[in-house]
Amino acid sequence: MFALLTRTAAAARTAGIARRNLTKYTKSHEWVKIEQGVGTVGITNYAQSALGDVVYVEVPEVGIEATPDEPVGVVESVKSTSDIYSPLSGTIVDANQAVVESTKLINKSPEADGWLFKVKFSSADEIDQLLDLAAYKQLTESDD
Amino acid sequence: MSTGALRRTALYDLHKERGAKFAPFAGWDMPLVYDGLGALDSHMHTRQHASVFDVSHMLQTRIAGRDRHRFLEGLVVADLKELPLGGATLSLFTNANGGIEDDTIITQQDNSLYVVSNAGCADKDLAHLQRHAKALQDQGADVDVCRIDDHSLIALQGPASQSALEQLAAVKLGQMPFMTGRLVDIGGVPCHVARSGYTGEDGFELSIPTSEVRSITARLLENPAIKLAGLAARDSLRLEAGLCLYGSDIDATTTPVEAGLVWTIGKRRRREGGFIGADIILGQVASKGGDRRRVGLVIEGAPARAHAKVLSAEGEEVGTVTSGIPAPSLGKNIAMAYVPKRFSKKDTPLKVKVRSRTLDARVVKMPFVAANYHHV
Repeated sequence: MFALLTRTAAAARTAGIARRNLTKYTKSHEWVKIEQGVGTVGITNYAQSALGDVVYVEVPEVGIEATPDEPVGVVESVKSTSDIYSPLSGTIVDANQAVVESTKLINKSPEADGWLFKVKFSSADEIDQLLDLAAYKQLTESDD
Repeated sequence: MSTGALRRTALYDLHKERGAKFAPFAGWDMPLVYDGLGALDSHMHTRQHASVFDVSHMLQTRIAGRDRHRFLEGLVVADLKELPLGGATLSLFTNANGGIEDDTIITQQDNSLYVVSNAGCADKDLAHLQRHAKALQDQGADVDVCRIDDHSLIALQGPASQSALEQLAAVKLGQMPFMTGRLVDIGGVPCHVARSGYTGEDGFELSIPTSEVRSITARLLENPAIKLAGLAARDSLRLEAGLCLYGSDIDATTTPVEAGLVWTIGKRRRREGGFIGADIILGQVASKGGDRRRVGLVIEGAPARAHAKVLSAEGEEVGTVTSGIPAPSLGKNIAMAYVPKRFSKKDTPLKVKVRSRTLDARVVKMPFVAANYHHV
């Protein structure tokens, strides 16, 4: 009974989310903008600032399956390497070749033109496990 | 990494006022980059103009006494008796296994040897020096080891360094060759100036009374050609210059022969030995021994970082990257690595494993970027 209730609640939430556009965040400093079953993913402004000048980017191949546990790409400055994870499980449906060509886009526009890839997610349940803007801000402020 | 309070140099407030982003390094809170000048721009600025780096975290030691040369030659590979007055040399503290305990720059001063060594090895180096000095003193030798704790150290690096320092100190430095040191009066403050550095560029390391370091640094920065630079640029500059980072590219397990630093061993020292681990090291020099060599690599496709595995052309694991970056001055991915001697020849094709990819690499001569040292 209880299980049935939660599933129903989750389904209702999923339906709501599917209609609404929203942006969520991860502890590993990715953002994901959710629109119609597809999440667009990039690194946050905080992350680009901490990393410094981005000089190398790898984005995932379109068509591969991603999970939040396995890195799908990498963003590198001269000094350091930062793995990129897909906040949501699913299929990679697009990758931004513009940031591979012009890595500066990530520093200039990390949360818009500097997006990295799009994932068609398989379950909206994972969205609930991500941070909202307030929680993400709290995380980055406690890091300072 | 220590969780205790990080130490601050005398320039900490100046760094902070000028927008430094700090990072812990060897127990010190050190500037990494500055606002408005990323690591990349800072690197290029140093190659094209000049930058000031705060290196006050490094250990400065003065070794005095009549027996100072005999004493220090027991611990390092340099020929200090032949080092001319004002001359400076890169040297190595060695251990009984023939490994490198630290690298250091030693300058022959009037009545003393001036020794600069790594911050990360400071406690170890000082204890090592003091222990061996005590042993000699007990036999009646005249030697004294003194940590210089009232002087801070800044490095002015880049082609505009000489003119900037000449302007500041009203001296002519054109006749001062690279790897020499002298006293320079900077606005009434006596400073030890060594023409040396860790960037591959011309430049100076200035040992300045700590009470004056802030004002002298601020005056240097009034020159529009001079900007502050942090540890991020310092690391990419030194790697392009083919210079080793202690703890990464050389350590207690790498010998001078393996590290390609045989040139630091003085000719007389190769005959006579007399430093710790000399039997092993000189044995390797004579037989061109040691299992492996430090090499420079250029890697196609992606940057390779420390700990990346190096493979032979056939795919067999043969070595490890010790430092690697996408080189800002070259637009190529460069690295230092240790590989077996048979793979160490220039142009040897190798592979490097980066994440799931196996990338083509090739052995190249170091420095990756030609040095721009001042010769007279």
